[in-house]
Amino acid sequence: MSAPGQERAAGRGEHRGPGDATAAASHGIPRPAWLSSLASGNVGAVLERGFAVVRNQNWMVLASGFFEPVFYLLAMGIGMGALVGTVTGPGGQPVEYAAYIAPALLATSAMNGAIYDSTWNVFFKLRFAKLYQAMLQTSLGPLDVALGEILMALFRGFLYALGFLGVIAALGLVTSWWSLLMVPAAVLIALGFAALGMGVTSYLTSFQQMDLINFALLPMFLFSATLYPIAVYPEWIQWAIMAMPLWHGVELMRQLSVGHVDALTGVHALYFVGMTLVGLVLTTLRLRALFLR
Amino acid sequence: MPAVITARGLRKTYGDFTAVDGIDLDVEAGESFGLLGPNGAGKSTTMRMIGGTLDRDGGELTVLGLDPGAQGPQVRAHLGVVPQQDNLDEELRVRENIVMYGRYFGLSRAYLVDKSAELLAFAQLEAKARDKVSALSGGMKRRLTIARGLVNEPRILLLDEPTTGLDPQARHILWDRLFRLKEAGTTLVVTTHFMDEAEQLCDRLIVVDHGRIMAQGSPSSLIREHSTREVLELRFGSARNASVVAQLDGVGERNEVLPDRILVYAHDGEAALEEVTSRGLHPVTSLVRRASLEDVFLRLTGRSLVD
Repeated sequence: MSAPGQERAAGRGEHRGPGDATAAASHGIPRPAWLSSLASGNVGAVLERGFAVVRNQNWMVLASGFFEPVFYLLAMGIGMGALVGTVTGPGGQPVEYAAYIAPALLATSAMNGAIYDSTWNVFFKLRFAKLYQAMLQTSLGPLDVALGEILMALFRGFLYALGFLGVIAALGLVTSWWSLLMVPAAVLIALGFAALGMGVTSYLTSFQQMDLINFALLPMFLFSATLYPIAVYPEWIQWAIMAMPLWHGVELMRQLSVGHVDALTGVHALYFVGMTLVGLVLTTLRLRALFLR
Repeated sequence: MPAVITARGLRKTYGDFTAVDGIDLDVEAGESFGLLGPNGAGKSTTMRMIGGTLDRDGGELTVLGLDPGAQGPQVRAHLGVVPQQDNLDEELRVRENIVMYGRYFGLSRAYLVDKSAELLAFAQLEAKARDKVSALSGGMKRRLTIARGLVNEPRILLLDEPTTGLDPQARHILWDRLFRLKEAGTTLVVTTHFMDEAEQLCDRLIVVDHGRIMAQGSPSSLIREHSTREVLELRFGSARNASVVAQLDGVGERNEVLPDRILVYAHDGEAALEEVTSRGLHPVTSLVRRASLEDVFLRLTGRSLVD
């Protein structure tokens, strides 16, 4: 038996070996010094790890979070909807109650998937599995890890949203070609929640604090115009709700579901772009502070 | 030999606490360099600064000619890191752990197919390649962590307390593996609070306490410098040790009273023991042994390495 180093020269061959690691990682694009200490450009490896784990995983675990909004749709949309009848949708057009809440639940679905991965899973990997510590002792930078993990969390949100879109299409609740845009919209919503979720989670150190996330999410789900318009509240409460991310997701989805697209659609989308950037910067700085300081 | 790691006045403080307080060291290519000291001496902190995962607060540090504080990813590309606590990826299988770790370095899959097979053989884990990490024993996990750390063919392997928590057999297997690495030309930097480990593995070492270097040199030169050749260990029972020591004046060169035994430093341990019995003293047990780094540490700090 030989020690690994003895086959150093032979091991390289024509494959991409360690000698070329730095060159391979930089992809030929010159990057400023501040960026090269934050990222190696190797986000792909973080994603690869994520998908390798998904492959090893029980798919039922992945699917469990998908059903919650489906149950809401069946109970509220079909059940309660029979009592409610039609309501006023975006742009003043009347819509069936189930079709009114379906896009809202789609936004919630995207949120749930992204939040699940970016909070509880990230918390475990951060505090117990020491995954990020291991990643950051390689040539990966904190931005690579943050971006990769956020994109993985987005992936679950995307799957949930895609599945849910299938459900509402099958129930005949999709009425406009614009609703195809609900898929990228779901990705954007998931991205925003994944980024901010991971950023916030990086500050949390105990299970009690983790419970606060659920404590914040439930009222946001119930009150963000998901099941009824926010016009029922006094104005100051309406403003508070409109500051919350889920409301923007709900409104964005609802507008697309009926093809009522205006300037506000862009505002809602931009909200999530901003949320993503804030979350990404927050996560990157936190990972650096936790493992590289 | 050129130095691959150079530190001058290396410092790290946490608030009021100074973990590393002005350490100077030069590690040469291909040597096995040790940091020996008790827990909390600043060994791991020093290792993390060398590994580019902790910023220094003062002093100069170059690793392979680069500054790990400013060029972390480039420095880490040439290092293998074996942290004190295994941080294997429990969501991946044994072989996947090596492959994925290589992917983090940007290495190609094709390269990693051969490399992971080679490293599994090196770590004697071929039969476990498809097992879950959680099914491995402590010694196997350590070997996998080391194998993983070698995936980028590092020029320097940093090992933080490599055998802490392992049983004697697992330790010897690990030492054998590390010795082969050293023979193959990999520079090893090892922290340990086990003197036998330091003696087994290190060509040269520094003895660290309270973030400062107390002594440095090869294990044998440190022993020669700070201890006699042999040590006579006497046990009179914990109640009597302290009272007996007055009657040992002139036996050996000097003595040291520990709670459970008296250490008599002498060039000839057997002769010292004869002298003790000729004075009418009859210890419960007596033992003559070669001096070790433990004695060096005791001499330098007045404390044992392992409390």
